[in-house]
Amino acid sequence: MAVSVWITAERIVPSRVLDMVGDEADGAVLLFLGTVRNRNDGRPVDGLTYQAYPEMAESVLEEIATEASTRFGTDRLAVVHRHGDLEIGDVSVAVAISTPHRAEAFEGARYVMEELKRRLPVWKHEHYTDGRSDWVAGTEPPGVPRGAAR
Amino acid sequence: MRVRTLLFASHRDLARADSVEVELDRGATVSDLVAALRAQGGVWADLPVTTAVAVNHRYAPADLPIGEDDEVALIPPVAGG
Repeated sequence: MAVSVWITAERIVPSRVLDMVGDEADGAVLLFLGTVRNRNDGRPVDGLTYQAYPEMAESVLEEIATEASTRFGTDRLAVVHRHGDLEIGDVSVAVAISTPHRAEAFEGARYVMEELKRRLPVWKHEHYTDGRSDWVAGTEPPGVPRGAAR
Repeated sequence: MRVRTLLFASHRDLARADSVEVELDRGATVSDLVAALRAQGGVWADLPVTTAVAVNHRYAPADLPIGEDDEVALIPPVAGG
């Protein structure tokens, strides 16, 4: 088995992501879903649009999943991130992982989520119930040399 | 050389385009690209000098030379998850 990662404009079906992991040697199977909330920073939200740089996002996801695979000793790992228009409750990201014992599954899924928040080239445009919309303030990706530019 | 630089999110809105052409000397680096964009002025005048740049789908260090056939993109702060 190998890690599976992809970026999609289609609705994420959690059971399909879960089905991609699991092994007779694994006693722990974990599925994490990120979903669209109806509020952010106190403002009511009625939907959002994720814009992605899909080619780079897939290569960054692959890099993160490979790191997690090495660190937590499993190649039973699947990660998918949405782009396009999402409604409240829609799944924006899914991480499925299976490992012999539970600690590695929890830590592995956590690692994937924290790293993709830091470096996945995806941007969130929130639509508020008052009709306004805005880009969500993001995280400066790592490896950007501070003060190195002339 | 003319380098077509891909734009996303707030940068795309600023430029009202999904890419911008930047004229660079041969051997120019990632930091030269950001400097050249800032020098174009207008919506680019206030572009932070530390703006992340990807070359061929990887985050690039400031001193990386850019080749004519490279795929170059400006990466605003990311917000996935």
